[in-house]
Amino acid sequence: MIRFLSLGLWRDRSRSLFPLLTVIFGVMLTVVLFSWIKGFEDNFLQTNARLGSGHVAIMSRAYAAEADQLPNDLALTGVGGILERLRRDFPAFAWTPRIHFAGLLDVPDKKGETRAQGPVGGLAFDLFSTASPEKSILNLELALVRGVLPQKKGEVLLADEFAANLGIGPGATVTLIASTMYGGMATANFTVAGTFRFGAPAMDRSMMIADISTIRALLDMDDAAGEIVGFFRAGFYDREKAERESERFNNLYHASTDPFAPQMATLLHLSGMSQLLGWMDAMLGAIVAIFLTAMFIVLWNTGLMGNIRRYGETGVRLALGETKGHVYRSMISEAAIVGLIGSIIGTTLGLALAFYVQKHGFDFSGMMRNASMLMTTRFHARVTGTAFYIGFIPGVAATVLGAATAGRAIYKRQTSRLLKELEA
Amino acid sequence: MTGNHLIRTENLVKTYPMGLSQITALNNVSLVFGAGEFSGLVGPSGSGKTTLLNIIGSLDSPTSGGAEVLGRRIEKLSHREAAELRNHSIGFIFQTFNLLPVYTAYENVEFPLLLLKTPAGQRKKMVMEALEWVGLADRGRSRPSQLSGGESQRIAIARAMVKRPPLLLADEPTANLDAENSHHILQTMEKLNRELGTSFLFATHDEKVIGYLRRKITLVDGRVAKDETFPSPAGKGV
Repeated sequence: MIRFLSLGLWRDRSRSLFPLLTVIFGVMLTVVLFSWIKGFEDNFLQTNARLGSGHVAIMSRAYAAEADQLPNDLALTGVGGILERLRRDFPAFAWTPRIHFAGLLDVPDKKGETRAQGPVGGLAFDLFSTASPEKSILNLELALVRGVLPQKKGEVLLADEFAANLGIGPGATVTLIASTMYGGMATANFTVAGTFRFGAPAMDRSMMIADISTIRALLDMDDAAGEIVGFFRAGFYDREKAERESERFNNLYHASTDPFAPQMATLLHLSGMSQLLGWMDAMLGAIVAIFLTAMFIVLWNTGLMGNIRRYGETGVRLALGETKGHVYRSMISEAAIVGLIGSIIGTTLGLALAFYVQKHGFDFSGMMRNASMLMTTRFHARVTGTAFYIGFIPGVAATVLGAATAGRAIYKRQTSRLLKELEA
Repeated sequence: MTGNHLIRTENLVKTYPMGLSQITALNNVSLVFGAGEFSGLVGPSGSGKTTLLNIIGSLDSPTSGGAEVLGRRIEKLSHREAAELRNHSIGFIFQTFNLLPVYTAYENVEFPLLLLKTPAGQRKKMVMEALEWVGLADRGRSRPSQLSGGESQRIAIARAMVKRPPLLLADEPTANLDAENSHHILQTMEKLNRELGTSFLFATHDEKVIGYLRRKITLVDGRVAKDETFPSPAGKGV
């Protein structure tokens, strides 16, 4: 009987082709949009992790409470000891200290007078140690636009756009004016070794990157750091594991009342990202629901039209002795076949497109010139395991539901009218 | 109701609601048909031919009275049991052929056997045999749109006969055919009746069909007005 139904489907294109195209298109769109949002979410997480506070970050409780202000006077101290314990007890992460700082960057002329200046945000981390994971995490080589990476103390990197605004390039001398951990004024001259562009407007506008030992010396932060950041060695952010490890770490200091005791926060709890990711998940759910509804309506309508068109055929089948239940089930089987084939083709096409966008991405830099969030300007899709089956939900469910709803009309047919109807 | 008969109706009444009143389509119809009959219900439009055919074909049930078909009491059958009776034991031939348009002639004939879950090998043999009965063994691959009216009706006969039902009901089977094709069809059915012993019951007002009948039951206003039997066909060649 399945062969018989399949033959009918194959030969009667209006029974198969239109619903099939609808399913293919809907499923493909579902897969691509799902992968796109997953990629967007992933890009967003990775960018914030790389350029911000890692997958998890350890700060002093006091620092964490006012982290937006970059309060280095509340920074963690005894960082060496903490790092040692972290590397031993929390090996799932690559740990590295970072200092975020801010100040004024002054560009002197030949006489030492100010030629240009501007506010600067700074990020200091271990640039020189061979064991430092930072260079690979930040992809500094790839981000480099002009010059070279700093080779020795006293050399810094500037955002390329910022350097251009200041009218300087590699080799120029700049003066950083900032405040120390204890509130004193700190000034130091640096040589610009190169310029960078991360593709994140917030980082690329007025940022400076320096080695942590240089900044520690300048800001009187010996064995101190604003935060110790951890990156999953697997590369991707694992929400559940991050939460578990964070809880395990915080339990170690649960009894302490010291405001400078370390505490671990996950990426999601930093910068209110949990809300954003919650919103993204809700969006994903909404997309699937919208497609399910839209495809259900279209396929229901197709089913209704098909029932009208096949009114004679179902009449003959009932007259020949097929039960209403059997006719109804065969219609649902046809829909399931169409839904399944459409979902397989739609998923294949959708995955192909998603893999392409995962590899090449789309450049949105033109739309993000003034963005203040840590986001890349090139967005990539991310194909997850879910993308391989998510399209089957709207693809098969909507087709079968549409046929099941439309096909209920079969139960309203009166066999006593069949001969009259079939004469028409 | 017992005895050696294929169909027996007793005081059969069928009424339909029409607004606030009731239309009586069949009024106390009592008939007995034996196995192997070649009979017809004749009469003007609205006389109750199709209604009686509907009840005998288990497509409808009587308002009162009873109908026994192939040992089954029609008024007591559920929808599923009625479908089962049609599926196993009754063949239908319609005025407008009603072949399934996307399937070939072969597949149309095969369809009732699929419903009966007949094994593939046996199915193929039975379909080819049925196509040979109607002289269209070479048109098995043709679609209904490629067949003439006469050929389509012959395929419809093969579809009705393929499961070798003891009873075949035909509602105005020649209404859409010319005289030549009508005679061809009727000769085919007569041959099948003779050779396979299948009982044929027609609902018709076509004189060509009436000419082949060996029993003619005339219905007028839902009542049996006349029940005539002929030793040989009533008027072959009319």
